Amino acid sequence: MVAGPDGQRADLDLVTLVVAGADPPPSATPEQSAILRLCTAPLSVAELSAYLNLPFSVVTVLLTEMLTAELVQARAPIVRQATLPDRSLLEAVMHGLQRL
Amino acid sequence: MDFKGSDTIPGPRTEDHLPQTAQAAVKIVIVGGFGVGKTTMVGSVSEIRPLTTEETMTQAGIGVDDNYGSDTKTATTVAMDFGRISITDQLVLYLFGTPGQERFWFLWNGLFEGALGAVVLIDTRRLEVSFDVIGRLEERGVPFVVAVNSFPDAPRYPIDDLRTALDLSKEIPIVECDARRRASSRDVLMTLMHFLHSLATAKANA
Repeated sequence: MVAGPDGQRADLDLVTLVVAGADPPPSATPEQSAILRLCTAPLSVAELSAYLNLPFSVVTVLLTEMLTAELVQARAPIVRQATLPDRSLLEAVMHGLQRL
Repeated sequence: MDFKGSDTIPGPRTEDHLPQTAQAAVKIVIVGGFGVGKTTMVGSVSEIRPLTTEETMTQAGIGVDDNYGSDTKTATTVAMDFGRISITDQLVLYLFGTPGQERFWFLWNGLFEGALGAVVLIDTRRLEVSFDVIGRLEERGVPFVVAVNSFPDAPRYPIDDLRTALDLSKEIPIVECDARRRASSRDVLMTLMHFLHSLATAKANA
């Protein structure tokens, strides 16, 4: 199993959304095929870990390879950067919770 | 690794698929001791059946927690349950329930660093397990609220007494909840969001 360039893993959060960018190539491993099948619709890394029954760190290694090979795309999470979240984001979340 | 091949893996049910328009996700961490109701709270508000992500812990953590392993093991698995709430067609909220022990938090990259904030879920029968959690969140600068899960046989204390016992400053909201009830758990999350909003407003006006 190879990681990305310099052995670095991609910067993937539990809630990075992953979307398949291609059909499984003939060379795809069973893990890669499974990931591509699972994320035909956007799916978080955490959900991939759960459905694949693989540790989060293993999934990030697999995804790093697949990002490099452009088999999947990642949609970055909105993170709290050492400061507080944007108020409009908080208001959007509150509005969504209100409808629960 | 017990990978069984792509054919045997159940994926999300069709109704659990996120729309293609989903662009970004945010997360809230629910932290508390074993059996305090984290998974119950996640499950009561989640739109999907709660799922579990696991991580393998080796060496350093071994043998220090009776709940998770013994010193004869070479690795132990720590699980974290989570759920999901679609906020808009573009935005998704994930809720993670994590054990209170800080050494587990490092297993998932940026678990707290990337979170909007945290809910500390407490059981008044075992308040002492919450002291460490609260201290660690304060050290890390993670904004949080405290939710008291009202177990039927747990002693009830006035909020002010709990605040004193937990050594919490007066700004930090403490609310009672019934983690089994969706509306009650939702209100806890709303309390956190209002608290974050007030912090953000105060900062903007500073």
